[in-house]
Amino acid sequence: MSPRKILSAFWQALWPPLSALALTFALGSAIIAAIGENPLSVFALIFREGLTSADGFARVLNDATPLVFTGLSVAYAFRAGYFNIGGEGQLYMGAFAAMLVATALPGLPRVLALPLALLAAALGGAVWGAVPGYLRARFGVHEVINTIMMNFLAVGITGYLVVHHMKERGQMIPHTPLIPEAYRLEGFGRSGWGQAIGLDSANPLGPSLVLALLAVAAVWFLFRRTVEGYRLRTLGLSPAAARYAGMSTRALTVRAMAVSGALAGLVGVHEVLLYRHRFLDNFSSGLGFLGIAVALMGRNHPLGVLLAALLFGFLNTGALEIDIFTEVPRELVMVMQAMVILFVVAASELASRRAKRRRKEEAA
Amino acid sequence: MIALLLATLRTATPLLFAGLGGMFSERGGVVNIALEGILLVGAFAAAAATVLTGSALIGLAAALIAGVMLAALHALVTIWIGVDQIVSGVALNLLAMGLTEFLMWVFFGSGSNSPRLETGSMGGVLGRLFVELPPLTLLALALVPLSALLLFRTRFGLRLRSVGEHPEAAASLGIRVKRTRLYGVLLSGALAGLGGAFLSLNAHYFVKNMSAGRGFIALAALIFGKWKPWGVLAATLLFGFAEALQGHLHAPWLPIRFVQMLPYLLTMIALVGVIGRSRAPAALGKRT
Amino acid sequence: MKVRLEGLSKSFPGVRAVDQVSLEYESGKLYALVGENGAGKSTLMKLLYGMLPPDEGRILIDGAPVSLGSPQDAIALGIGMVHQHFMLVDTLSAAENVVLGAEPLKGGLIDRDAARRAVRENAERFHLDLDPDAPMESLSVGEAQRVEILKVLYRGAELLIFDEPTGVLTPQESRFLFEILRRFTGEGKTVILITHKLDEVLELADEVDVMRRGRYVGRVSGSEASAEGLARMMVGREVLFRVEKGHARPGDVLLELEGIGLDAAPARRALEDVSFSIRRGEIFGVAGVEGNGQREIASLVTGMLAPDRGRLLFAGEVRPKLDPKGARRLGIAHVPEDRQRTGLVLDMDLGENLILGQEEDPALGSRGLLWPSRVQDLAARRIEGFDLRASDPRQSARELSGGNQQKLILARELARNPALLVASQPTRGVDVGAIESIHRLLIEKRDAGMAVLLFSSELSELLALCDRIGVLYRGRMAAVLDAAGCDEEELGLWITGAKEAGHVS
Repeated sequence: MSPRKILSAFWQALWPPLSALALTFALGSAIIAAIGENPLSVFALIFREGLTSADGFARVLNDATPLVFTGLSVAYAFRAGYFNIGGEGQLYMGAFAAMLVATALPGLPRVLALPLALLAAALGGAVWGAVPGYLRARFGVHEVINTIMMNFLAVGITGYLVVHHMKERGQMIPHTPLIPEAYRLEGFGRSGWGQAIGLDSANPLGPSLVLALLAVAAVWFLFRRTVEGYRLRTLGLSPAAARYAGMSTRALTVRAMAVSGALAGLVGVHEVLLYRHRFLDNFSSGLGFLGIAVALMGRNHPLGVLLAALLFGFLNTGALEIDIFTEVPRELVMVMQAMVILFVVAASELASRRAKRRRKEEAA
Repeated sequence: MIALLLATLRTATPLLFAGLGGMFSERGGVVNIALEGILLVGAFAAAAATVLTGSALIGLAAALIAGVMLAALHALVTIWIGVDQIVSGVALNLLAMGLTEFLMWVFFGSGSNSPRLETGSMGGVLGRLFVELPPLTLLALALVPLSALLLFRTRFGLRLRSVGEHPEAAASLGIRVKRTRLYGVLLSGALAGLGGAFLSLNAHYFVKNMSAGRGFIALAALIFGKWKPWGVLAATLLFGFAEALQGHLHAPWLPIRFVQMLPYLLTMIALVGVIGRSRAPAALGKRT
Repeated sequence: MKVRLEGLSKSFPGVRAVDQVSLEYESGKLYALVGENGAGKSTLMKLLYGMLPPDEGRILIDGAPVSLGSPQDAIALGIGMVHQHFMLVDTLSAAENVVLGAEPLKGGLIDRDAARRAVRENAERFHLDLDPDAPMESLSVGEAQRVEILKVLYRGAELLIFDEPTGVLTPQESRFLFEILRRFTGEGKTVILITHKLDEVLELADEVDVMRRGRYVGRVSGSEASAEGLARMMVGREVLFRVEKGHARPGDVLLELEGIGLDAAPARRALEDVSFSIRRGEIFGVAGVEGNGQREIASLVTGMLAPDRGRLLFAGEVRPKLDPKGARRLGIAHVPEDRQRTGLVLDMDLGENLILGQEEDPALGSRGLLWPSRVQDLAARRIEGFDLRASDPRQSARELSGGNQQKLILARELARNPALLVASQPTRGVDVGAIESIHRLLIEKRDAGMAVLLFSSELSELLALCDRIGVLYRGRMAAVLDAAGCDEEELGLWITGAKEAGHVS
């Protein structure tokens, strides 16, 4: 493609999220000003911590990591034409599965334990995604409602099991006991090189980041360099063409939802193996739903998801900062995140309408 | 026994409001995942207005308005701009969560709950009755036959149903599809807003994330009740009963988690079985 | 009511659908409007019904010019249309569908009794037996059509337009419909019947209007009309695109359909007892007006549908459970009718479209991998080989012209040397130059031994390309003709059902 065309394609993809951000920041500024603070200094504060110190940036990356997983999950399913909003449930199941393996097989050596727990996390999420996928493929039941239902089922089941059967005694907030040593991942801040580059010893950023980056690369590779990816893209762009080409749309559907679920399930690695070293009841604060926002901002492209997750990571870390240092409550960031989603999808829709209209005019 | 029945009715009330609201939206063809968010803003608006003015009635009105406003946003974005209805719903839920938490600080100075809401109390027999069977509950129950009337016997209801089933046919007869859908969505906002008001006024507090998934249970009740008013009533009573039973019997062998999961499980089963028998409005979720 | 159309014209990008048409209609008569696919009949009636604005010309009712901005305007003036594809809401009752949009009210609520009465009055007057309270889901297709008719009667239609009404009816239901139509004209209403079935026309019409390629050819009175005469007017004497081709040298039988039956709905057969065979090295064409079973046969042979009766044999073996993947493996290639939705993924680039259905080819990558560079190499080779005019293989398929899109599909489907090519309307929407090269390509492949099953609504194309032509009418193979001994007039008679029941002397 000509360089001009490449640039134009880039612009097409980028201007909805950019304009959405601009609009959100504008509205946010209005609210901040109404509270009596200076918008510019507040926004500077949001990004300050992450941009001025290695420790701060590491925290941003850490906040972004689970969002990469859930964002990839939503994006993957979207590309195949399906709406997986069950990330919340799938990540619970993944985390729970990882914890189960660690609890059930405490004596395994590290070299076996970690991969097994990882696999369990992926499988837990995969199963939780495959069920609505199957119901859609076989019975035509829309996956949206089913995934929402299964979110609640996941929280309920894991919560029940934790509270009634696996709880560490005497705790206010129900959680399981610490996982065995072999399964624990430590933050980079604990290591020599981590501290050398300026990370605080308690910095939570850890190997899950590597996993997240690998996942981004893997999803990209799958979509661009494999037959399965080609088939998924075809299914998402034109189910009729997929059928005509002889693709097994049912199997593709279930596989797509399963992989999507697996990606969300990997949050379990971050949450259980690295961060808390245990399974905490109700630990997710909407990571699944934020994953939708990340996927939308990232236009369902793996690299876009990474960047969008990074942005949300900044916003999350920054929210704490402004909470401490200004009159602006951190909940404003939540409001802004929601506004961003709304504006992004509105802008994307308007953009594609304009493109369609221009095409019609050219044809006439 | 009576106590259990009354508890069921009370538990079912917000679900019934939201479920009936969702029915009007979806009968017109617009999925409203944002019921959860509308319940939340309704609850908050009722609490804030009551604290500010001391009148629960004004709180009710505020809840209604807040619900309609959020629904209007949903309608604008999905019906006119053409954004996917699910995405819009999810975004609005997030917005509602953030907004209410943010505004809690502004209005109440607290991140977790509001001050106690004084809704006033009536003396005598009537007063005692209204504690067990709040007026809003009675209103919700009355709304069931009213909704049936509106949906099945009025011009608006007929057109709404046609728009949700076969918008092209309706358009070919001169019916304004977008406008009709808008009314359905606004109605859902008003009803769910009232449901939210019940949440905070009945508990005498507004608590962070008060809706706690009830909007989704209402959606489940809507599907389970096959998009019909009496069906929604039956479903919400069923779901409410399960929750009330758990609380009342102090049954440790019936964990609350299971009870909470029941509506969702039942809905999934119903959905699979629903195909072939009764189905969702045919044009639900599609644009036009 | 006198309706006059004066100099009406309507164009769409690339085609003049209606060209300076002037007509007059009087009450109490049934006018048949006939013509081939694309003749402009539907478009003309859409102008009369206010669904489209004319580019030129005007419409006068009882001498006064009227402006029809929407169907509501037409309805208000007494014009009603019963569409080919029903506009009915399944979950409502019959009466509710009839009054929708114009509901009678009593005390704020819908006056059900008034609605029922209105439906019953019209039903009795015209013998449209129907229970007003019947839920739509319980009604047969014929009954559903009656609801559509009642809709227009309820709104006071004096001129009723019917668009291909018998396409979805059983023979018995068609009889009932004819009686209803006769009663309308008996009561002084005007009926315009759009149809391609000449047997119906000869039975019903007081006057027959013929259109061809957007132009009004002429009017024949019902009593004087004959099937041959009408067919000649519809089809005309066109200059044939005769591609240079030698005689076919067909080999052994490749594809056989035996007694194939397919049900579209209970009591309605989309295909009935269809049997024919195709040999290697021959082009077999299927002639027929759209909706007579062509799509179903194409879907059957390519594995998208399974027959309810009969069997399909390929290369001598029965193939009971054919699916698209299996069909491809057997060597059956498919150029689909709906090229943009089914044959291509518009938003993918040319290379990715050129491997659709062939993505497992080991030349593109091994063990599930797919290397874009190899895809692009393949694309470049095929683009050149098939003379595709594309500036950049990385452009999306959406940007190609219709002709180039079709060439892309052909390039892909022919690349693996299929034994049988199923081509549905391959040159529809394609410019003349591309048509020529596509035709030449098909003949070339035929001479190399490929079999072709060609569906086309262009009689001239069928005659130019095919060795044998089968005619589909009402789901049956009415005849299989030798292309050499046939001309457009004869084909026209066959596809309109005129020849079948012995209407021709």
